[in-house]
Amino acid sequence: MKPRQKRFVLILIASCLLVVASVIVKNVFNDNLVFFYSPTEIVSGDVPQKKKLIRVGGMVVRDSVVRHQDNTTVSFIVSDNVNAIKVHYEGILPDLFREGKGVVAQGKLDQHGDFMASQVLAKHDENYMPPEVADLLERSKDQKILGD
Amino acid sequence: MIPEIGNFLLMLALVVAVIQSVFPLVGASRGNFQLMSLAVTSGRLQFILILFSFFCLIYCFLFNDFSVLNVAKNSNSSLPWAYRIAASWGSHEGSMLLWLVMLSGWTFAVSIKSRQLPMEMLSRTIGVMGLISIGFLIFIIFTSNPFDRLLPAAADGADLNPLLQDPGMVIHPPMLYMGYVGCVVPFAFAIAALLGGRLDSTWARWSRPWTTYSWVFLTIGIALGSWWAYYELGWGGWWFWDPVENASFMPWLSATALMHSLAVSEKRGGFKAWTVLLAILTFALSLLGTFLVRSGVITSVHAFASDPARGIYILAFLVLVVGASFSLYAIRAPKVGVGGSFDVISREGALLANNILFLASTAAILLGTLYPLFLDALGLGKISVGPPYFDVIFVSIMTPAIFFMGIGPLAVWKKAEIPDLVFRLKWLMFIAGTAASICMFFAGKWSPLVILGVFLAFWIISSSFLVFFERFKSVSQSTNLTNIGVCRRLPLGFYGMLTAHFGVAVFIIGVTAVGGYEQEKDLKMRIGEGVQVENYIVRLDRFAEIKGPNFDSTVGVFSIFEDGNFIAVLKPEKRFYHVQQMPMTEAAIDSSVTRDLYLSLGEPLQDGSWIVRVYLKPFVGWIWAGAFVMALGGILAASDRRFRKLREEKVREKNLV
Repeated sequence: MKPRQKRFVLILIASCLLVVASVIVKNVFNDNLVFFYSPTEIVSGDVPQKKKLIRVGGMVVRDSVVRHQDNTTVSFIVSDNVNAIKVHYEGILPDLFREGKGVVAQGKLDQHGDFMASQVLAKHDENYMPPEVADLLERSKDQKILGD
Repeated sequence: MIPEIGNFLLMLALVVAVIQSVFPLVGASRGNFQLMSLAVTSGRLQFILILFSFFCLIYCFLFNDFSVLNVAKNSNSSLPWAYRIAASWGSHEGSMLLWLVMLSGWTFAVSIKSRQLPMEMLSRTIGVMGLISIGFLIFIIFTSNPFDRLLPAAADGADLNPLLQDPGMVIHPPMLYMGYVGCVVPFAFAIAALLGGRLDSTWARWSRPWTTYSWVFLTIGIALGSWWAYYELGWGGWWFWDPVENASFMPWLSATALMHSLAVSEKRGGFKAWTVLLAILTFALSLLGTFLVRSGVITSVHAFASDPARGIYILAFLVLVVGASFSLYAIRAPKVGVGGSFDVISREGALLANNILFLASTAAILLGTLYPLFLDALGLGKISVGPPYFDVIFVSIMTPAIFFMGIGPLAVWKKAEIPDLVFRLKWLMFIAGTAASICMFFAGKWSPLVILGVFLAFWIISSSFLVFFERFKSVSQSTNLTNIGVCRRLPLGFYGMLTAHFGVAVFIIGVTAVGGYEQEKDLKMRIGEGVQVENYIVRLDRFAEIKGPNFDSTVGVFSIFEDGNFIAVLKPEKRFYHVQQMPMTEAAIDSSVTRDLYLSLGEPLQDGSWIVRVYLKPFVGWIWAGAFVMALGGILAASDRRFRKLREEKVREKNLV
């Protein structure tokens, strides 16, 4: 092969690889996007696929945390001051998980509309509010005012 | 008084930085030696000013000057003194000052170690570093001044975030910043070379040790951060693909590519335009990292509440630096030329493939890190990218890269003979395959990922041995040295490469074992109860209450038995920090070469039992050990005699006179 042909073949192979790689990256990327929803959006059925991993955030309702006696399962209610959703989680909650504080849970919805969390996130600062949650509460405040 | 002095020193430093950048750069373009000679002096002066300013800040923290806002926000009189010092870089303002100390420190080092550089090159390099310094000084003085006063003074401080009250936190940020900021040196060299239009192998030779040293610091810094997250966050994870981790990992990947590309530029005069591009890119990524961490656009442990002006300033600075560098590159790079030609199958080929793969993984990580930010900024919803994305993409891009890592050192420069290469690789395949199957046989349980990991690790190890023996043989045949003599004849850079590659193998073994065989149990335990994990029994003996300097703690006392024999007592804690009213989990770990046994306390239940997390993590220590071996390799490579040669010759000349 002449150098020119060789270069052509190389570029061709490289482009093919690039296309294949981009397609793979795009697919994996889309599969792992985790969308954030408010309890209101979930209750009103705005979540497109039930099976997909999603995040839900809001305030942990006071006196809603219930620990099971036999295992490490815990349930609590997350609210955006308009609607609320029940969250179940198995394992150890983060240090800053508190009733009346902001929380973000990651997991899936079950058939009853309860949220089965695989991960609970509460950040490391007493005054810290997850920005998603802060944003959400701000919006639901507006909504309430409009509703009134 | 002291804070005002610190503030004043910063302003003086700004003036000096202007002198340091303007005069030498003008001087270099006009060939004016008087102006150029200002570079070294002003660079050193700036370092002294900034260093003393930093000492002023440390002084304020150490002596509890709560009339300084930064101290009042991030320290407390009951904080132990070592953490009071660490608190001076625990806040946003302090960490930016630390950034600047590092920057001027690197400038100082360049001014001392680069006497052999041509005057023009040296003054341009220091001038470029001065420009960066101006940008950060303005940022600190006007948006994040650590010496801002609080009037009236607070009675006591709000304390340092308990997460940061840890020995790891004392050394992690300085190390990481050394690495981050160290990327400025190859960047400044590259810009200086572009300005001067001179890019030859001497330029690559100057850049190499600097790049390697900053890479070493970056490696150690990242490893320390990962280790800290492992034992301090109480989750037992060592890498979370958190945006902040990604922010430090992207420059690392790019710096790794740069290091290898510089090798080609120095030895073969090739890849020149590419190397310059990588140098710019690496620094751009480290600025981007600073922006991501410091602007508050991402939320994590590291992101402090901050005002948007800071984010906008850093973003503007980033755009300016990157834009200017790439414009200069676009204008000058065609003149530089691409360097000598080579065959696809050659060492250059393997290194180029590696470079591309490293950059591809950087791009993939960048996508996963920035995409959620873009969507959020455009108001298109809040999303996060799950760790599986990073895992899948990173492993699949790095697998071929590691495969090439075995081939590269074996292939000869310019053009390798395929049959010869295949013959030698066949043996490597065989050795790695056999080793992997033996391991699998003893491990019992296996998965495809585990096989891949073990195979790759042994692929690197066997390739490194083969490279060593071939090099050894060729030297011993051409000389009549003894075996030890031959070993001493081989350059330090060569050992450095082998060591660093070996470190990668160690790292892969750690990651593979943890990923494939770790055991996790979250369970309820009462006093006197035990739980079995593999051949270990963990028994909860009792609880104790202790008082720390600024916290109270509940300590669980656990006895650990291996095959029925008592081996250790572990004491995980649940601490409560008074000032910040914040609970903290302190894990307890029993480490050995082949496994870590990790205990952390969850929460107490009404019936007197506790939720306890028990992990068995095989070979987890190898992850960080691997990183440190890589760093050691970097140190060996950067200390190679050939980088010191020029200087020694000069010294000898002086001595003769």
